[in-house]
Amino acid sequence: MERKDYERLRWRCIRRALLELDITLTRFLDNGFDRLNDEDQRAFVELADMEDYDLWDLLTGKAEVADPRLAPIVALLRKS
Amino acid sequence: MSIPVLKFDAVIVGAGGAGLRSAIQLSEAGLKTAVLSKVFPTRSHTVAAQGGVAASLGNSEEDHWTWHMYDTVKGSDWLGDQDAIEFMCKKANEVVVELEHYGMPFDRTDNGKIYQRPFGGHMSNFGEKPVRRSCAAADRTGHAMLHAMYQRNVKANTQFFVEWMALDLIRDEEGHVLGVTAMEMETGQIVIFHARATIFATGGAGRIFYSSTNAFINTGDGLGMAARAGIPLEDMEFWQFHPTGVAGAGVLITEGVRGEGGILRNSSKERFMERYAPNAKDLASRDVVSRAMATEIKEGRGCGVNKDYVLLDITHLDPATIMKRLPGIHEIGLQFAGVDCLKEPLPVVPTCHYQMGGIPTHYSGRVVMPKDGDMNSVVPGFYAGGECACASVHGANRLGTNSLLDLLVFGKSAGDSAVEDLKAGRAHRELPKDVADRTLARISALDNRKGGANVHETRLAMQRTMQDHAGVFRFGDMLKQGVAKILEVEKAARQLEIKDKSMAWNTARTEALEMENLIEVAKATMVSAEARKESRGAHVRDDAPDSAEFPNGRNDKEWLKHTLFSPVDNSISYKPVNMQPLTVEAVALKTRSY
Repeated sequence: MERKDYERLRWRCIRRALLELDITLTRFLDNGFDRLNDEDQRAFVELADMEDYDLWDLLTGKAEVADPRLAPIVALLRKS
Repeated sequence: MSIPVLKFDAVIVGAGGAGLRSAIQLSEAGLKTAVLSKVFPTRSHTVAAQGGVAASLGNSEEDHWTWHMYDTVKGSDWLGDQDAIEFMCKKANEVVVELEHYGMPFDRTDNGKIYQRPFGGHMSNFGEKPVRRSCAAADRTGHAMLHAMYQRNVKANTQFFVEWMALDLIRDEEGHVLGVTAMEMETGQIVIFHARATIFATGGAGRIFYSSTNAFINTGDGLGMAARAGIPLEDMEFWQFHPTGVAGAGVLITEGVRGEGGILRNSSKERFMERYAPNAKDLASRDVVSRAMATEIKEGRGCGVNKDYVLLDITHLDPATIMKRLPGIHEIGLQFAGVDCLKEPLPVVPTCHYQMGGIPTHYSGRVVMPKDGDMNSVVPGFYAGGECACASVHGANRLGTNSLLDLLVFGKSAGDSAVEDLKAGRAHRELPKDVADRTLARISALDNRKGGANVHETRLAMQRTMQDHAGVFRFGDMLKQGVAKILEVEKAARQLEIKDKSMAWNTARTEALEMENLIEVAKATMVSAEARKESRGAHVRDDAPDSAEFPNGRNDKEWLKHTLFSPVDNSISYKPVNMQPLTVEAVALKTRSY
């Protein structure tokens, strides 16, 4: 991922509406994001673009992950 | 260096509830309005407000705005201005119904009216019995509110500048406010927003504390900009705390955990609440529990390497009960404390939640400050609303669900006043020659400094200092030391160094600029708290205890006054509390007890 794209993603992870997501996404970005392949990195970007409660519901299991591309990343985030 | 100038009738900084509400007034009045936001508007921290918004609609049972006003004055421990409180409580029905017309999906009664639920401190007939006054949209009230108002703004052609950070307030020699300098994060470019009216709706600064429920975005940018422009900050010693946030993370643990039998323990596993509240123990009131926790930590009985938290133990409860009655708590423990709360106690600490003080405003939303003997002289062209402003309706402590009401009423009021002033002929004033010098100097210093202070370490030092010295329960000696310490941290915050010098998406630079705002708020808080030698509302001092002469430690004779912290020389002055409502009789002083 190019620096500019990564830094944009970083800003969208470290400045959320909900503290819970600030912590979870920042932690994942610092400890795991680098190890993802391109496709999974794109999936993470997609998740980071979601509305806060929609994403939080996925991470806490209140909502099911409909898109199979996103499921592995949601599973990793839940464990992070 | 030539800096682009964008001209608008009004520029609003912040796109949370207050910013969006004021933008509606301006755009619908046909004025060219810009809204700057560090994030997409519906990602503002207003989203996190779940409880609801107070309005005495009386849909479920009889209610009246004067009863709401009484609860608000009492909640404020009589430090709130009664003219502003009357204004807000009277306006509540209007702004809630407007929101409904914008499409806000409020919960409904069977007959289609807005459903109202009970909330702590909401009482009928001047404190007699609980009343259902809170209007909510499930547990997503703030979120639904932002969506409804954002759509309304899109319709009204408000121009959004998303992922832009305002950097400095522009004031001319006569003190008029002419707009802001701002940075587009995507390019790093600095731009001048030249406006006839400038409205701050930048939210709170809860990130000054180590433990805070606030999202990372709450860095007090509006307060920092106001302070750098010489505008004082009002009542900054008053911060609302929640007793149990996850230590090190800040994520809230519901008080229901203690309700279900959770026990607080210190480093020797002692159930310390038995000493502080022999009858109620862990079910004592929020204030009593927070104070006991802070005392245990201060006296060295905290846990962990830094002895800076206590334990909330539910390991004795039936796991099935925990999973059923306290949904989410197991997950929170695992995610944010790394603890399986079924097997081990959770580390908890009193956690900052809401800022009562802020930029001093009149209830019309106009910013005011002392000038030529007038304590409330209007700063021409400058308005503020929401958590960054101090109207003052929350005084020394905020009534639950009045935060969303504040941003609706005073967001609208600031917008209306700006429209009124612009229609009365307020024109664009000439920009000063040195208009962007301060901003450019700050950026240049960050980019060129070598051997300066690390942003992360400086922020941590500030947060630790605030938590240890100006937390939920305050001690005279600790506050004194705290002032000296925070002034030391300030020196580091004036000498920040960043390694990344790139222009585009430089998050290190943005975080450094935020830090320069946070430190202004931290300093104002510490100095104001040290100076106020009484206990009132959320400001509770060990050396101002409950006594016959001063119930709850409150001393109206000497301290029934607002603090004004001057950032120019770190000095304090005071101004009277407005005890005179607009049309009704004043709520007379009495001891605050629930």
